[in-house]
Amino acid sequence: MSPRRIIIRNHSAEANLFARRTFIAFVGVLSLLLILFSNIYLLQVDSFEKYQTRSNSNRIKLLPVAPNRGLIYDRNGIILADNKPVYSLAVIPEEVDSLEANIQEISKLLDISVDRQEKFFKAAKGKRRFKQIELLPRLSEQQVALFSVNQHKFPGIFVDARLKRYYPFSELTTHNLGYVARINRKDANKLKQQGKFENYAATHGIGKLGIEKYYEELLHGTIGHQEVEINNQGRIIRTLNYTPPVQGKDLTLTLDIELQMIAKRALSGKRGAVVAMNPRTGGILAMYSNPSYDGNLFVHGISSKNYKKLLNSKDLPLINRAVQGYPPASTVKPFLALTGLEEQVITASTKIWDPGWYQLEGLPNKYRDWKKWGHGWVNLTKAIEQSCNIYFFDLAFKLGITKISTMMERFGFGDYTGIDIHEESRAIMPSVAWKRDRYNKSWYTGETLSVGIGQSYWTVTPLQLTQAITTLVNHGERKVPHFLKATKEIAKDEEGVSQSTLEEVIYEEQAPLVLKQEKHWDLVLEAMHNTVQKFGATAHAPFKGAKYDAAGKTGSAQVARIKQNEKYDAGTTQENKRDNAMFIAFAPYKNPEIVVAVAIENVAKGGGGTNAGPVARQIMDQYFGNREITSSMDSSSSQLNAKTLQHMHQSQLAQTQESD
Amino acid sequence: MRSSGQDQQQVRSIWQKLHIDLPLLLGILSLMALGLFIVFSAGGQSIDIVYRQAIRLGIAIVVMLAIAQIPPLSYQKWAVPVFVLGLLMLVAVLLFGHVGKGAQRWLDLGFMKFQPSEIMKLIVPIMIAWFISQDNLPVKISTIVWAFILVLIPTLLIAKQPDLGTSLLIASSGIFVIFLAGASWKLIGVCVGLGSAFAPVLWMFLMKDYQRQRVMTFLNPEQDPLGSGYHIIQSKIAIGSGGVNGKGWLQGTQSQLEFLPERHTDFIFAVFSEEFGLMGVGVLLSVYLFIIMRGLWIAVNAQNAFTKLLAGSITLTFFVYVFVNIGMVSGLLPVVGVPLPLVSYGGTSMVTLLAGFGMLMAISTHRRFHT
Repeated sequence: MSPRRIIIRNHSAEANLFARRTFIAFVGVLSLLLILFSNIYLLQVDSFEKYQTRSNSNRIKLLPVAPNRGLIYDRNGIILADNKPVYSLAVIPEEVDSLEANIQEISKLLDISVDRQEKFFKAAKGKRRFKQIELLPRLSEQQVALFSVNQHKFPGIFVDARLKRYYPFSELTTHNLGYVARINRKDANKLKQQGKFENYAATHGIGKLGIEKYYEELLHGTIGHQEVEINNQGRIIRTLNYTPPVQGKDLTLTLDIELQMIAKRALSGKRGAVVAMNPRTGGILAMYSNPSYDGNLFVHGISSKNYKKLLNSKDLPLINRAVQGYPPASTVKPFLALTGLEEQVITASTKIWDPGWYQLEGLPNKYRDWKKWGHGWVNLTKAIEQSCNIYFFDLAFKLGITKISTMMERFGFGDYTGIDIHEESRAIMPSVAWKRDRYNKSWYTGETLSVGIGQSYWTVTPLQLTQAITTLVNHGERKVPHFLKATKEIAKDEEGVSQSTLEEVIYEEQAPLVLKQEKHWDLVLEAMHNTVQKFGATAHAPFKGAKYDAAGKTGSAQVARIKQNEKYDAGTTQENKRDNAMFIAFAPYKNPEIVVAVAIENVAKGGGGTNAGPVARQIMDQYFGNREITSSMDSSSSQLNAKTLQHMHQSQLAQTQESD
Repeated sequence: MRSSGQDQQQVRSIWQKLHIDLPLLLGILSLMALGLFIVFSAGGQSIDIVYRQAIRLGIAIVVMLAIAQIPPLSYQKWAVPVFVLGLLMLVAVLLFGHVGKGAQRWLDLGFMKFQPSEIMKLIVPIMIAWFISQDNLPVKISTIVWAFILVLIPTLLIAKQPDLGTSLLIASSGIFVIFLAGASWKLIGVCVGLGSAFAPVLWMFLMKDYQRQRVMTFLNPEQDPLGSGYHIIQSKIAIGSGGVNGKGWLQGTQSQLEFLPERHTDFIFAVFSEEFGLMGVGVLLSVYLFIIMRGLWIAVNAQNAFTKLLAGSITLTFFVYVFVNIGMVSGLLPVVGVPLPLVSYGGTSMVTLLAGFGMLMAISTHRRFHT
């Protein structure tokens, strides 16, 4: 650095230079400020909308609000599927002073396992401190009460209630209602495909089976939204807007839960199914498959142990037998007789000699009658009353498989009935084309004979049988079996007053089955009437003393093939190879109100008349009687009734509240 | 009217006796008042933070007024020893400095923590102005080379801490002196050329990873919107969504809902723009321009080369604060830790800044006492 020198300064020159430089600097300052301002102008004016949108999407969040699922009632307004609050213990870590100490104390109080506590602390680590975390799921009522008393000691810990599906009749209705369970990935993908996923943003469960699945769209409702302002942590600051969800429609079924109870009682200890239907509408009055299982287990997520137990049970409780195929056996004889009349291969007076066996010309095989020594001379009416196989072997031979299968298909055999659950099987109506497709083999005449007594490949579901009898008793007027009677929509108007609108479901009329001669209907129906009413006829015993005028037909299906000249003996045959018992019935004979089909698997002894007949009898007794179930049920059922009453009371209460 | 003119003359002389430059003081006070309102809004509407800021402002004003009482020519006596002391402290910081916020900026003196780089903001322009004013203007090349070296030493020492913002401010304060002293345009051209050649060296060897990251983020903030680009994106959203009229005081959603980081310090301009819109920005920039114009007016009217150069440098460095801060907040410049002068919440830099204004006032009011 230079030492201080004496210099002669030209002050005005220096001042001029400095002024010039300062001016240049000032121009620089001005232009840079202008650049700043223009840039901010670009942001605030030109891109204003873009940034405004981004600012809003920063702070505004749409929280989905799940709609309440529609409830399901039986025909008399008794609730079958309810939404029940399920309580869980939840914690907001931020609001708890010393988290660990408090959790330990509450764990002592409510007996929370160490596993649960560890699970909680693990979950707490990954979440924001103001978000709630579940500590204990599914509190018992005692736990809720115990906690409520002590709640003041535990700020930040609270009982969280969420609505879950509840089926008060548990296994009694599972095969019909199905159940709601957690939406899994498969469900989610399906919803996405259908474009409904957004509507399920807040929904936890979805109908997995039965009516819950079939009417998912009606039951679910429409999602609501809460528009909230959040901060950068995602904490809700305030609600900006609220669009309430639209709750799902309530469903009223044609089902009569009391009849359903009788069906269950009648089938107890047996494997089988019963279907009762109103032939005038097609409405299902009862449909029960035994054994059943509790759908409530699935609502909360069934344990794998319990699920395995159900899955591996020899009795196959998961299967709805009412819509599974059974060999129809003699129950289809009335329909075959009608086919014979219609195709004019027989008349009402055609007679056949039954020696106890039937043999095709030139073939060694003997087709036996169930009565070893035969029925002697048999006409149509007697053939049905006595369920004479020989008559129907001969009839089937005369008709041929094609005429049989064509007519049976018109009654709905081998096809879906169209009932409003998805689990239905088509069962099998064999035909020449079917056998070619299925086995690539030609049809044998011998098989036609078996078809003549409802055996061979032929299977029908109990539901198909009720549909077919319905067509029969209606003289060809067909009905689609269904559960849904009416829907109830509850909507809130602008003032928040709920209004419910009940809408009866109207089912489309089906093209009728028209016969060439109308009197043929009555011929067959009269034969079925005789089968029940005539002393000594096959279905007489089970309906002895009934106060109503019933008609019906029995059936006993061979499950195992019996070799030539071998004798079937239930006592020595393996249980799962014993005969199935079948029964169809309707009443009253004039203007029927109810048709019933029963299938019971592997009965110990006797046929459809002794095993399945009484089931149909009990159903009809209940239907025509003075609601016997309310007076003479055993104690366990009266408990059910108490529950029922309670539910009715609650629903009535709810209704009065709504109308207020 | 004539009499009122005389009153004004008298009033002015009172201010002059107090060594206060009234226009400058009014400009400063209006920005400070505005700053308090925005700090209240940006600081979660807590009145505590406003009190603390007000106390700091009070201290800073006292410092300013105290410094204004010192005749500016007396700085020259102290220039060299204080400059050397400052450099020693910077070296001490690097050797034993207290680490805070990932950088070594603080010197713990036992009773207080002290940031030597702040002092250097004042000493460097004094030192360079003194050094250059030893000779006639325009400044000679050899003097410029020495001056450059004098600027570079503290700049590099501070950049090493690392504190890019302060080193940038110190470098510019020195360079402004050289520019105002009439460095030839040819030389300026060569320097700009050398500077751009030096940039890759700076990038490769001198910048820390986080600084490089800031530059990368500046070039493309959207590439990492939740990470390092978050500040800039949120800031631009805040500014842009303010529109022409702004969302209103305390109504800025970006700031109130805490989407905006560093709201009451470095990014306070975004809060202001969001709540007061383009109109507010226009007013704010006008006040800054007014202060800068007043500063430059003082510089031009200063009585000798040293005070001219010093006043000019202080004023232009003040502008650098404004430009770098607003440029960074609005996405024109990479993120460098420079507060919005007189508005941002924070103590140390505020005191230094007002000490600078104190010197400006001294230069403006002490000239009578000098030949």
